[in-house]
Amino acid sequence: MAKKSPEKGEKPEKLINKNNIRIDGRKLNELRPTKLEVGILSNADGSAYIEQGKNKILAAVYGPKELHPKHLALPDRALLHCRYHMAPFSVQERKSPAPSRREIELSKVIRESLEPSIFAEYYPRTSIDVFIEVLQADGGTRCAGITIASLALADAGIPMRDLVSACAAGKVEGHLLLDLTDTEDKAGEADLPLAFMPNFNAITLLQMDGKLTPDEFEQAVNMAVEGCKQMSTLQKEALKAKYVVKEANEE
Amino acid sequence: MINLSTFYEKRQLVLPGDLLAEGDYMAGDNTYKEGDKIYATRIGLVDYEQRKIYVVALKSFYIPSVGDTVIGKVVEVGLSSWTVDINAPYLATLRASDVLDRTFKPRKDELPSIFDVNELIIAKIVSYDRTCDPLLTVREPGLGKISRGQIIEVTPTKIPRVIGRKGSMVNMIKDETGCQITIGQNGLILVNGKTPEDERIAITAIRKIEEEAHTSGLTDRITEMIRRKKKEEK
Amino acid sequence: MNIPAMVVRVKQKRIAELISHGKRLDERGLDEYRDIQLEVGVIERAEGSARIRLGKTEVMVGVKIETGEPFPDVPNEGVLTVNAELVPLASPTFEAGPPDENSIELARIVDRGIRESKAITLEKLCITPQKKVFVVFVDIYVLNHDGNLIDASAMAALAALLNTKMFNYELKNDEVQIKPGYTQLPIVNHPVAVTFAKINDKIVVDPWLEEEQVMDARITITMDKDDKVCAVQKGGYGYFSKEQIFEAAKIAKKKSEELRKILVKS
Repeated sequence: MAKKSPEKGEKPEKLINKNNIRIDGRKLNELRPTKLEVGILSNADGSAYIEQGKNKILAAVYGPKELHPKHLALPDRALLHCRYHMAPFSVQERKSPAPSRREIELSKVIRESLEPSIFAEYYPRTSIDVFIEVLQADGGTRCAGITIASLALADAGIPMRDLVSACAAGKVEGHLLLDLTDTEDKAGEADLPLAFMPNFNAITLLQMDGKLTPDEFEQAVNMAVEGCKQMSTLQKEALKAKYVVKEANEE
Repeated sequence: MINLSTFYEKRQLVLPGDLLAEGDYMAGDNTYKEGDKIYATRIGLVDYEQRKIYVVALKSFYIPSVGDTVIGKVVEVGLSSWTVDINAPYLATLRASDVLDRTFKPRKDELPSIFDVNELIIAKIVSYDRTCDPLLTVREPGLGKISRGQIIEVTPTKIPRVIGRKGSMVNMIKDETGCQITIGQNGLILVNGKTPEDERIAITAIRKIEEEAHTSGLTDRITEMIRRKKKEEK
Repeated sequence: MNIPAMVVRVKQKRIAELISHGKRLDERGLDEYRDIQLEVGVIERAEGSARIRLGKTEVMVGVKIETGEPFPDVPNEGVLTVNAELVPLASPTFEAGPPDENSIELARIVDRGIRESKAITLEKLCITPQKKVFVVFVDIYVLNHDGNLIDASAMAALAALLNTKMFNYELKNDEVQIKPGYTQLPIVNHPVAVTFAKINDKIVVDPWLEEEQVMDARITITMDKDDKVCAVQKGGYGYFSKEQIFEAAKIAKKKSEELRKILVKS
């Protein structure tokens, strides 16, 4: 049976204990256990999947392909189109399949986080479609979505300047920490998702809501960037895993 | 003092964004240069040719090139042309004037009787640039509608391996299996055999080449595999 | 093709060149806002309203208060909902229809500023727990788009809220009965959004339309009256370095203090 949110009067247990360990046993700057897989859908030109804690998210890329109607196409570059969507069964209370305002905003910021990484100017008048489907959500879904969307773009053979990885930092019970779960985000004082392109030291997504002093803001940004670097290592391992397996088979 | 450094051995696997070299190098296929650093743009095997660094992409899609033979599927029949899907980001066009001797507008129902929607054709690319879609011709011998056989799809970057040096690989498969094999540069291959079993063996061989394209001694291994399978069939 | 809506390439180059030399086409400093004119109480039918002119950008915000049901997970709190409309008359690029991603993003950024700074104490808007609460509708209406809709909308929204009067009421048999007189809506914080554009690797404050069309990326930093950062949003196709973001945060602190003085005074 679905677990409902705490009843009125119930005091939520502390999320971080006095040894700075979180309720799932993680340290403050530790990512959730993450599993990445590339090329798991046969129809899409590129695809990738992530399991991060309880998050289960799928990304697929179609394109570049000619864009119709033609008047929507850009004359000098490919149009990147992105759809972030949550399945109705992905959250505690069933979510309507119709796109919510949140999904529309996230689709926009995710697209803007990936755009600097692709050589869109090589394919004028085409569109590149990125689909992110959240099958199960537990906080940090836009970051996980960006990380796998970037893998799916690479898997589709779309030329890129760099991979984009993403991670969120935040503040809970006075502590700054990395990769918040939904519970930590809801109870916490701030949430700061960030996406990063390492070769250019470029921050391609940055959002924050909550309350942070300017110093805490700086620390949280730095923390999130470090988290992105860790995700970047995992991304590369996942890509290698898909393409190196074949060489091993020959031995 | 020029600083020249490369960071990977030949034929090592590289990923998009990997720093391949720094210094006075030229950016070849599937790489780009930023300042004096050269990075990979696609997943593939890096290689060097004197001062040029390039990546042989393991996953890529077909970009039309004038002179290429391609296999395509008719997706639309227009008033005076066909629109053909050649498995590229851009749809190709085959003009009615290319097929018919007359140059004035054909009768309304004539085009579908030549090539209809969903039919496959072998064609050649006669023109293509950034501002317009690729233009096809079927005027040369060997081009035209495909009426029998099986089509398989391989990553376009593996096509040269399927062909082999001076056609050595594909000719070997043709000889060993007795199949007709037409290779489209766009990654589509037509296999036409006397029996479905022969076609199946040829297709298995092509798939194996695609998987092991980067290894050596491939031609011999494939020849051996085909002969073994033919024995098994008997 | 819309000439007013597109910047001719030659002008684009000029704008970018000037900015690399620390100057702007309208002679502002890189960290200067355009002229601000603010009027409140312009729509008598609304419980609160404000109209701002930021340079030539014009935004009107109306606040309506109604009664409604609370959200099940916060049964003692009133509801705040922010909506934005980019009406067609404001720009040749706006089309009629349901809210698009730009108007949704705009509304959500303004909402975040108000909500995260806790400018409105939502518990005070509770009438009968779990059953009836006040719902505060903040509707942003963009009347003319000449750049930086975010800051203009956020300022107008705050000014409208500061101007909002709630009707007095009493509960008779669970029914809300309106009594004569009004109470000012209690606003305890003053979030101010400061938006920057990145052009030719420099950051400029309060981009106007033509600068927006040339920029690589934008970032909005919303700060409250205690100089805490309560909302951040990066937008646009490009990116920022960490250093640029930290520089923007420093400038945002200074500018939000300046803008707050204008808002609270009105």
